Amino acid sequence: MADEALLSAKNLVKRFGGLAAVNDVSVDLWRGRIHAVIGPNGAGKSTLTNLLSGDLPPTTGSIRLGDQDITGRSPERISRAGLGRSYQKTNIFLPFTVWENVRLASQSRAQHAASWLRRATGHAGTNERAEKAIVLAGLERRRDAVAGTISHGEQRQLEIAMTLATEPQVLLLDEPLAGMGTAEAERMVALLKRLKEAHAIMLVEHDMDAVFALADRLTVMVNGQVIASGTPEQIRHDAGVQAAYLGEEEH
Amino acid sequence: MSAAKSHLEVLPRSLQLLLVLGVIALAAFPFVGTEFYASMMARMMILAIFAMSLDLLQGVTGLVSLGHAAFFGIGGYFLSLVSSDSGTVSLWWTLPGAVLASAFFAAVIGFFVVRTHGIYFIMVTMAFAQMLFYLVFDNKEIGLLGLSLRLGGSDGVYINLKPDAALFDLENKKVFYFFTLGCLLAVYLFLRRVLWSPFGRVLAGIRVNEHRMRALGYGTFGYKLAAFTLGGGIAGLAGYLWGAQTGFINPELMGFHMSAHAIMMVILGGMGNFAGAIVGAFAFEYLLHLFKDLPDIGGFRAGKHWQLWMGLFIVLVVAFAPRGLLGLAERVLRGKEKHHG
Repeated sequence: MADEALLSAKNLVKRFGGLAAVNDVSVDLWRGRIHAVIGPNGAGKSTLTNLLSGDLPPTTGSIRLGDQDITGRSPERISRAGLGRSYQKTNIFLPFTVWENVRLASQSRAQHAASWLRRATGHAGTNERAEKAIVLAGLERRRDAVAGTISHGEQRQLEIAMTLATEPQVLLLDEPLAGMGTAEAERMVALLKRLKEAHAIMLVEHDMDAVFALADRLTVMVNGQVIASGTPEQIRHDAGVQAAYLGEEEH
Repeated sequence: MSAAKSHLEVLPRSLQLLLVLGVIALAAFPFVGTEFYASMMARMMILAIFAMSLDLLQGVTGLVSLGHAAFFGIGGYFLSLVSSDSGTVSLWWTLPGAVLASAFFAAVIGFFVVRTHGIYFIMVTMAFAQMLFYLVFDNKEIGLLGLSLRLGGSDGVYINLKPDAALFDLENKKVFYFFTLGCLLAVYLFLRRVLWSPFGRVLAGIRVNEHRMRALGYGTFGYKLAAFTLGGGIAGLAGYLWGAQTGFINPELMGFHMSAHAIMMVILGGMGNFAGAIVGAFAFEYLLHLFKDLPDIGGFRAGKHWQLWMGLFIVLVVAFAPRGLLGLAERVLRGKEKHHG
């Protein structure tokens, strides 16, 4: 494990007019650890993800990725700096095959990405990366299916496969388990455990069983603010968290 | 339905065969048709090149430009500006020059317009094209860097001599016809290759989901600008050929109608595979002549209102064959295959 966090966000604020959707939130992501962010709907979890990925510029605060300051950079530059994200609402290329979705993701890391006259499908490096991501996500049997026709759970897997094909250091996963069946969710949890070794992962998730099974650290957000941060044990016994959030969903 | 199918990016064997037959028919035409009709066919081929250049933006990248004729016009005006009445100019530098000039304008305009999306893209492309249109329309001559450029204003300019190709004689109508056919095939094969290149796959990704492309690390601005520039350059090639073929250039070539016609050609034939754009250009021009020659019905001059019939026809195609005439042909041929086997 490195001595320094791979991604470090300090005092992030995002205001939409008078509303502070994210208010003074700091997050450190370390390789080999899963950092879960939980909170009720509207807590600002997705906004936080969008700030880190560059989909939204922060109002104030700073984000460092590796040794680069990525605050306010465009999503494509942040992606190329080594951050990959999946989306809460499935965000894939519906008319393309599963393979083409992942191949296109993989191609973004190839030197020849802008070549005009070579065949796109003939590049070994791109294909290997795509193949690896498809196998990791467990989609090898759906390779030739059109993305718009596969099940919701498979589309979630495809999201992950596309993100992995860009070979990111940092993974931001926005509710990867949303809408999944039990078996699919179990597979995804197993996958995330495996990914943890080589990546710094931030996991936004509603499924508390999965969160407590996976997370090394937890941040609890309510109304844009962090109300607690710590190990799963600490969070479980935090009176404030129980009152604000966990109490309703305690099982 | 996958992109390959809905956009016919992969052309089925039956369609490929049909296209080859079409090329053979085009090659045979000057030997069986009259010179008048051969000239008309040559103009259709030129418009097909123009339509393909727009298809790269519209069908592949998802950028609907209402100003694409500007680059067609620039190609034509380039030829008129470098031509003189006293002698011929060489094809071998003026043709690449026209392509580069159009591509240059496309790059400059593209730098501003490809930042915009949807309806705003349509509006700003139209605005830029209208600016160029009126620049030419209102000025018989403009001075630039001490040079006096003869634009001809609203009357247009005649190009009396065809470019000199040295190896063959473009004044010969048959030779010009085959030169145009050669350009058509070269542009088609080039664009088909681009379609399947890494660059082309990125453009298709931008059409489907630009947001996701950016999240995957693609600087989509650069890709869109490159597509806009390439499309502009090929439109310039078509405009150059048009100027050489017809011997006349006027502002209408870069006008709003010309841009709109190109959009209709691409929709009519079927988007995103370049073959559809060719089919659409031929169909559009053929129908245009057909509708213009309609006899008067009672006191109603049906021929004069050809746009009415064209509009109706395109509505019918969009309603019943959303993949255009090429998509319709694919459906018919597939149906037949099923019956046979």
